[in-house]
Amino acid sequence: MLTWRRRGRGEKIAVVLCSLVAIVALMPLISITVIALRGDWTVWPHLVRTVLIDSTRVTGLLMLGVGLTTAVIGLATAWLVTMHDFPGRRLFDWMLLLPLAVPTYVAAYTYVEILDYLGPVQSMIRSLFGFTSSRDYWFPEIRSLGGAIALMSLVLYPYVYLAARASFLMQSASVLDVSRALGRGPVATFWHVALPLARPSAVVGVTLALMECLNDIGAMQFLGVRTLTVSVYATWTNRANLGGAAQIACAMLLVVFVLLVIERHGRRAQRFHDHGTRARPARILPLRGGKAALAALACALPVFLGFVAPALYLADAAIAELPRTNLTAYADFARNSFVLSVIAAFVAVVTAVTVTYAVRLTGSGTVRLAGRLAGIGYAVPGTVLAVGILVPLAAFDNAVDGAMRTTFGIATGLLLTGSGAALVYAYTTRFFAVSHGAIEAGLGRISPHLDMAARSLGRTPLATLREVHLPLMRPALATAGLLVFVDSMKELPATLLLRPFNFETLATTVYSYASMEMVDKGALGALVIVGVGVVPVILLARTSRTTRQVTAEGLAPAP
Amino acid sequence: MQLTQTRRLGQATRAILGGLVLAVGSAGAASAQGEVNVYTTREPGLIQPLLDRYTEETGTEVNVLFGGDELVERIQAEGRNTPADLLITVDIGTLKRAKDMGITQPMESEEVAQNVPEKYRDPEGHWTALSLRARVVYASRERVEQDEITYDELADPKWKGRICTRTGQHPYNIGLFASVIAHEGEDAAREWLEGVKENLARKPTGNDRAGAKGIFAGECDLALANTYYMGLMQTNQDEPEQQEWAKSIKVLFPKSDDRGTHVNVSGAVLVANAPHAEEARKLLAFLTSDEAQQLYAETNHEYPVKEGVEVSETVGSWGELEADDLPLVEIGELRARASELVDEVGFDEGPSS
Repeated sequence: MLTWRRRGRGEKIAVVLCSLVAIVALMPLISITVIALRGDWTVWPHLVRTVLIDSTRVTGLLMLGVGLTTAVIGLATAWLVTMHDFPGRRLFDWMLLLPLAVPTYVAAYTYVEILDYLGPVQSMIRSLFGFTSSRDYWFPEIRSLGGAIALMSLVLYPYVYLAARASFLMQSASVLDVSRALGRGPVATFWHVALPLARPSAVVGVTLALMECLNDIGAMQFLGVRTLTVSVYATWTNRANLGGAAQIACAMLLVVFVLLVIERHGRRAQRFHDHGTRARPARILPLRGGKAALAALACALPVFLGFVAPALYLADAAIAELPRTNLTAYADFARNSFVLSVIAAFVAVVTAVTVTYAVRLTGSGTVRLAGRLAGIGYAVPGTVLAVGILVPLAAFDNAVDGAMRTTFGIATGLLLTGSGAALVYAYTTRFFAVSHGAIEAGLGRISPHLDMAARSLGRTPLATLREVHLPLMRPALATAGLLVFVDSMKELPATLLLRPFNFETLATTVYSYASMEMVDKGALGALVIVGVGVVPVILLARTSRTTRQVTAEGLAPAP
Repeated sequence: MQLTQTRRLGQATRAILGGLVLAVGSAGAASAQGEVNVYTTREPGLIQPLLDRYTEETGTEVNVLFGGDELVERIQAEGRNTPADLLITVDIGTLKRAKDMGITQPMESEEVAQNVPEKYRDPEGHWTALSLRARVVYASRERVEQDEITYDELADPKWKGRICTRTGQHPYNIGLFASVIAHEGEDAAREWLEGVKENLARKPTGNDRAGAKGIFAGECDLALANTYYMGLMQTNQDEPEQQEWAKSIKVLFPKSDDRGTHVNVSGAVLVANAPHAEEARKLLAFLTSDEAQQLYAETNHEYPVKEGVEVSETVGSWGELEADDLPLVEIGELRARASELVDEVGFDEGPSS
């Protein structure tokens, strides 16, 4: 790479700008680290003596369970849908994404309602067999580690499905054909060729799912699963030790980071390039009879359990509540959620493009590291991260206010804290992992030869980005934006802490009912989150379908 | 009501746009006269009727931000520019944390001092309770014969496999456990907690309402819960099946010769940098007045903190509350220790066999 001296002025400005963006994205993590270092360390002897071993075990098992389950469901369904033909394939292609619209806390509350003693399932069993009390029969307890793994996996596997599906669609037929020509059957081709090729993107998906497990407090506490995250909260609120809580969160982050490094190290020797030559789409294998039925069932099950069942329950509860519901208020909540999420999605995409493109331009290891670090912030317990976002924002506001008071005698007050801008910043940083992952993958697929060609034809870095990269990356941009949109719609802890007065979103409404232990009254809000989330999910499937086209046309730039 | 809501949301939308162009923060909108700003961890449905009544009577607009316990950190971070005047919480832990972090000031309110008994106020006047809830025992009418109980008794092996409760780290349980430490000392409290843990029917999960459901379902015979859930179930016209759950339950007020029933509180602090401190004091005076206390009793099924105000008919039907004499401030002091004890005995792991 070029040395700093020999770079053009434009490029220098770009580097400085991008580094700034990376720092802003990192601010919440930095402030959490500062809070942790300033805190007293008394929490550790207590934890080591008491819950640490068990919480670590539970957290490990949860991550292992969710990691494996989401990987299996995500990879298997993506492989079936992209490489085979069976009844319903076109529907499953996008329906498999639907559970993404269901927030984890909503999934936890609804499934406990559906499966507990008074819920529809057990009531039916009782009336079928004539049981009269819970002591007459055995039923699996949903409020358990196993239940939590199942629940989280059912709504989080789409992260893996989406990434794996894109990866399978990108794999050119020639690679798979070679494997088949060399005598590998379809199963062996999957294990030895398609799976290793899909590994980087599947890892991105699994990582997102696991981080989501780590940052969740509400659902885990409700399900009685004592993870380290639950200890974070007890340390903070019951023992008034925010520093200690931040220390536990940082220790967890360190573990996540080490795991990610190990995983990257494991495939350090692997490079997969798109040559930009005309790749044929892979041959689709038709399935018949029993095999076709099995494939359809394998795809239908996650859709039913992760989406249809909770949505039906919510719809039923919402209809019962309808006469007592103020629909205009809900329209406002929905509008608030929608507007904020759209802006956040846009800002997140721009930020992620800036950071990843800066790395590509400069090869700067520091910016790359900053990008990756900012991404793992997603694993921080939501409420702790919210404080991490709040502290630098308020410090900025107070500094501006102080400076304006001393120099001009004007009090500017809090410019950002407690405004919509704070929420947009929160969503952008909290979901940086999501947008950054998708964009990094998208940009990585574009051969550096294209950059060189564009630059030698006299294009500036910015013009190259505009005329070459962005058009080629369209599917990745759309994926990143839509994922951040859906996640922002569902976001709760930062919204709760950082929003302005008299301002409710769908997520905060659902939460306020849930905290009064009246889940049914929040059903409409939850249903609207799911409903509004479904729209981009369908769009998402459509944009990735054009991926197939792009591949077929040999990465020809869209007109 | 609907109109105000729409107008407020309109305001909020402007605040967003304002924030985005760095022109107006929400703080700017909230600094006009005749206003008071409340941050609260109290569910909107439970506090809004009181605040609406106040606005109706005085014309003072009350802006509300509902959130979690982290609102304390928000006030601290906002520093001298905070828009918050009052922080209204649902447990003593958050009140004490706010005071300890130095974000509060003495209320210096004669009305509060007159209305609220001393044991429910901070000796230095930084916080006050606004309403009380008793941490009682729900018992199955069918499977529990006795009509009286003590907290001590919950550790008796005769209840093995019969008690349900939510996580031991929940503020409601932490408050109760702290009161046990205060009365009996740490060693006895630990032993008691171990005993209760062994009597649990299942791992602590869910919430107080889940305990009530558990009794109806036959999964447990006793459940530790706050009183007002019972009121909410008994009067639930929207979901009549909850009235059925309530019918399977009787409320037992745990008490012994030397000790009454543990109560937890909702309460408030006056923020140190409150922009409308005078308005906030007026609101506090209202919230502790006969009228507001009556409303707490009628709509929320809570106990008024002011002496002499009647409880609601539903609440009265469970029997008379003889509240523990322990000053709230002592419970606040012992909460951290109670939280550690919960971890030490492994309460949330549930019974060992």
